[in-house]
Amino acid sequence: MKPSVIPGFGLTFGYTILYLSLLVLIPIAGLFLKAATTPWPQIVRIATAPRTINALEISFGSSLIAALVNVLFGVIVAWVLVRYKFPGRRILDAIVDLPFALPTAVAGIALSTLYAPKGWIGSLFSDKGPLWQWWHAQTWLPFGLEQFSLNFKIAYTPTGIVIALIFVGLPFIVRTVQPVLEEFEQELEEAAATLGANRWQTIAKVILPRLTPALLTGFALAFARAVGEYGSVIFIAGNLPNISEIAPVLIVIKLEEFDQAGAAVIAGIMLIISFAMLLVVNLIQAWARRRFGNV
Amino acid sequence: MKKTARILALGGLVAALALTGAVTARAQDQTLLNVSYDPTRELYEQFNEAFAKHWKDTTGGNVTIEQSHGGSGKQAQAVIDGLGADVVTLALEGDINAIVTKSGLIDENWRAEFPNNSTPYTSTIVFLVRKGNPKAIADWGDLVKDGVEVITPNPKTSGGARWNYLAAWAYANKASGGDEAKDVDFIKQLYKHVPVLDTGARGSTVTFAQKELGDVLLAWENEAYLVLDEFGAENFDIVYPPSSIRAEPPVAIVDKNVEAHGTQALAKAYLEYLYSPEGQTIAARNHYRPSDPSVVTDPALVAAFPKIDLISIDDPLFGGWKTAQPKHFGDGGIFDQVYTPAQ
Repeated sequence: MKPSVIPGFGLTFGYTILYLSLLVLIPIAGLFLKAATTPWPQIVRIATAPRTINALEISFGSSLIAALVNVLFGVIVAWVLVRYKFPGRRILDAIVDLPFALPTAVAGIALSTLYAPKGWIGSLFSDKGPLWQWWHAQTWLPFGLEQFSLNFKIAYTPTGIVIALIFVGLPFIVRTVQPVLEEFEQELEEAAATLGANRWQTIAKVILPRLTPALLTGFALAFARAVGEYGSVIFIAGNLPNISEIAPVLIVIKLEEFDQAGAAVIAGIMLIISFAMLLVVNLIQAWARRRFGNV
Repeated sequence: MKKTARILALGGLVAALALTGAVTARAQDQTLLNVSYDPTRELYEQFNEAFAKHWKDTTGGNVTIEQSHGGSGKQAQAVIDGLGADVVTLALEGDINAIVTKSGLIDENWRAEFPNNSTPYTSTIVFLVRKGNPKAIADWGDLVKDGVEVITPNPKTSGGARWNYLAAWAYANKASGGDEAKDVDFIKQLYKHVPVLDTGARGSTVTFAQKELGDVLLAWENEAYLVLDEFGAENFDIVYPPSSIRAEPPVAIVDKNVEAHGTQALAKAYLEYLYSPEGQTIAARNHYRPSDPSVVTDPALVAAFPKIDLISIDDPLFGGWKTAQPKHFGDGGIFDQVYTPAQ
């Protein structure tokens, strides 16, 4: 190999490989080796069982929704923190990191207590709660719309899962978008305005293109984090098979049956899907960088 | 860099000191690790204190007892994976059997080692309802009435939940006259009334007592009393169904580990002490049914346990854990069928 301009390649590369091997590659290889001890027909049976498929759908579906919601609201949070000066901004800024630091079980218990049918927020949305009564009192609505029963149960439904995942994913978006926003030259937006762009055009043509790579990174991080989340979700999900049971719960169930190979099979499937999705995100990102320039 | 080196050296020194401290302390002091399941926390807190005193009085040695609590199956897995338990006091015979077959750490005849199939105390499953029992729940059949919400954990992940399930099964079997199709149907009906499947018994208790979800909690007898103590007796009532199950949480010495630790005599004395008048009284005080009520020092404690019809897991209906576990809770077993969506 051609000697590099920067010395120390051998040392740092060796260190990188060792570090990654001990912490990431060997455990994951072990997982696949364990899964491989399962005979093929059984792998297929586990992978195609309706319950497994439902759990995977719930896991990846709610992670996707949560990551998308975070993209939208995370950008707004980052925008507010970067562009406006107001008292308590530093504190608000620090609060964004809390979901990183808080044990997820604590978050799950707090969220489920709030959003349970008898909780502060959950009670507003519960059956025959204030919101329900308000809705059914709207007799002016056409077509008897107010007759439609609103059931806004949050905790112990898939909605609860999404809420928990939004919570754990929020800092990823804010923290990836924030530094990019800080580097923005406001002159560009002013230039756009002087050239006659309205506000939506400025957002769509000037701001968003340069934010896209950071947004994709944040999205991928938040999504990956959500797929693997267990601690907070089990408290708010209800864990009903086929309805609100996430794939990691299914893995724990297999482990409780002392069926490590079965657990490894499901974990392997999750890893493969996650890897494929992250690869796609990376490809889009590479495309976005080419398209919008390296930011 | 220099600073880091100094900190490292200091850390090494502290570790070495701690280690020598541990070694010298070991000469007269012993440590025992009891790996147990979730609801026994309070029981063993009191028992360990009593045993340490007893050990000091009889042998003069100091003993420190460490406790580990968690879901019964998870705890068994941890012991299999190398958690150095001296004794295990788990919720299910099946979990100890798993340690036997998966790791060989426990002798396979462990059930014969202590009296009463190595079960020093038993428990049963009762109903905890909201004050005044507004849904009038008196028996298992009432759980499937319209509008009743039942809180019970997932039997796949919780030992206690398996007893709940089996108690319901025993009721259904008696009601149907042994028609298994009807029993399965009752179980299906029952779990349709369960809005949340927590992963452990404590999780369900919190869901019911703190988050105020559901009309009835299927709970260990001792856990139900604990809720009265913790969340206020003015909010809940305990209902004893006419029939329930005799839950037998067994104990065992982890033979290979005590050999390695040199704690054979200590571990044996520890578990034997559970059967002593003192041990049985502590169990009764914590609402576990003593296996030998005659030795309990305070007869009022024994009288406080209502007499209800209790079926054992060794009854022909279940045929012991080795038969019941795969049939009901195994992969594709009856409980899995409950949640198989209609094709």
